[in-house]
Amino acid sequence: MLEKLFQKISLGSASFVLVLLIGIFVTLFLAAKPAIDEFGLHFLVDPRWNTEVPVENSDMTKEPQAVSSSMMQDGVTTDDVVEDEEDDLLADDEDLLGDDEDLEGEKATKTVYGGLVPIVGTILSTLIAMLFAVPIAMGIAVFLAEIAPKNISTPVGIAIELLAAIPSIIFGMWGLFYFAPIISDIFGGYQVSLLTAGLVLGIMILPFMAAITRDSMNTTPDILKESAYALGATKFEVIKDVIFPYSKVGIIGSIILSLGRALGETMAVAFLIGAVYQLPEKITDPTISIPVAMAVNFGEASGLGESALFYLGLILFVFSFGVISLAKFYFLKRNKG
Amino acid sequence: MRLVVNKIVLGLSVFAALLGLVFLGWILVTLFLKGMTAMNLSLFTHDLVDNGLRNLIVGQFVLAGLASLIGIPLGMVAGIYLREYGYGSRFAELIRDLSDIMMSAPSIVIGAFVYAVAVIPFGGPSGFAGAFALAIMMIPIVINTTDSMLSLVPKELREAGIALGASKYKVIFDIVIRAAKVGIMTGILLSFARIIGETAPLLFTSETSNYFTLDLTESFPSMTVSIYNLANEPEESARDLAWAASLILTVLVLVINLTGRYVTRNKHK
Repeated sequence: MLEKLFQKISLGSASFVLVLLIGIFVTLFLAAKPAIDEFGLHFLVDPRWNTEVPVENSDMTKEPQAVSSSMMQDGVTTDDVVEDEEDDLLADDEDLLGDDEDLEGEKATKTVYGGLVPIVGTILSTLIAMLFAVPIAMGIAVFLAEIAPKNISTPVGIAIELLAAIPSIIFGMWGLFYFAPIISDIFGGYQVSLLTAGLVLGIMILPFMAAITRDSMNTTPDILKESAYALGATKFEVIKDVIFPYSKVGIIGSIILSLGRALGETMAVAFLIGAVYQLPEKITDPTISIPVAMAVNFGEASGLGESALFYLGLILFVFSFGVISLAKFYFLKRNKG
Repeated sequence: MRLVVNKIVLGLSVFAALLGLVFLGWILVTLFLKGMTAMNLSLFTHDLVDNGLRNLIVGQFVLAGLASLIGIPLGMVAGIYLREYGYGSRFAELIRDLSDIMMSAPSIVIGAFVYAVAVIPFGGPSGFAGAFALAIMMIPIVINTTDSMLSLVPKELREAGIALGASKYKVIFDIVIRAAKVGIMTGILLSFARIIGETAPLLFTSETSNYFTLDLTESFPSMTVSIYNLANEPEESARDLAWAASLILTVLVLVINLTGRYVTRNKHK
């Protein structure tokens, strides 16, 4: 009796993961639906965020120019869908009507949201982080796996793993107050910028990347390494010709997994990227990333703006889902339990 | 020539390792110095409105604790299913893969999901929503640990139990779980350490509060979210408070991690 019950419960709990994942996807999609309907895939390449643009409303342009202002308003209210954003627009229209009736006869405005800036910001900051972190993490991993004697590599290894556990908000705060001023002194430009955000992100994923890369390198059988040494190979040659080829797939997997982490990281970047919707012209310009856009704007967003943020979240979710599954199931398959 | 190249490359590797450690050491030293200067006993007896951290520390523990109450049993039972009941089935494989992916899913997206299902419908942020978001973060980690710890239990133990006529349920609870107890405990500690330092899922689910409260239906004090807010304020005093809170948080996370490690190491001796 209990047996059956427990089996059912355990099956239910396991299914919960599936339900949760589908639930997250569906919820994000539904919440993003208004924005998806409104902007479609053009959202991905549109650099405007929360920008008022004039719209050509086909019904309105047909209306005679000398229409009275009260009729105008009626026309607008019946034509437009009732949405928070559009309500705001109506209010704007009314203000404008007093000033200039001629203009209002043809034009209304709507707010446009495009995801290009956060998407570019996410990609670039992650790219900088990876360029910075990969060589150093490789160095640390080689050092731990091959160079350091055991009585050094064990404590250093544990220290690295502990550092991977430090909350990311600490990295962000340190970056803002101590690292950013130095970087802007060296490279010029703003203290909060793509560059500082990318570098701090890189430092943050460093311990994680180094730890899992080292684990991959450690899978190389000792006998292979010993054979190479016996043939007179130097340590570098063993690393280059034995360990790297053997654990290549695992190392690439570790790097991609770290990339997945970096993509979705919020707090280390939120302090440092500047949070402005503006495409960076130089590497030292401030911009914004998807997680930061969500963290900063979610509180005050409503209507279409909120929906656009969910759209961004959906893009991030799908993208990092892809990256992480690539790492886990293509490259790290060997490590599966 | 080969020996020179060897020296250069090994030197570079050691240099990279040192560089990485310097950065990480720099962060820890800064954190410790700034945190210690701002630290005093009154932080633990006053709430944020009176420039203390008491409500935040309690709040963060309540959120993480409540998340554990949901996440640990659910994750453990699901992990048991993957290893004991569904082992080898395609459904179990699928769940294991999905849970692996969810372990690395962006935490802010989980926050957004909870915002849509537990904040908007109930008219505002609440401690429950925050704990729910943390629980979602925790479940895959607990599943993963339970699953891999159970996989270390030798098959012979299970077979011995079954041979004695014990039901599967009895075998799982009286033999398998007991054998894997220490490992699972460690995993639970580590997952707790992981979620107690989370900020992003709480930003718009529990938000934070300056006052002491245990009412989970309203904005709930969260140390991490408050650190974020305090650090963004211009006053030096607010930043000092943020550093002190960060130090407390980091020490907490490190102590939990070290405890977990210590327990496992003793077991293997």
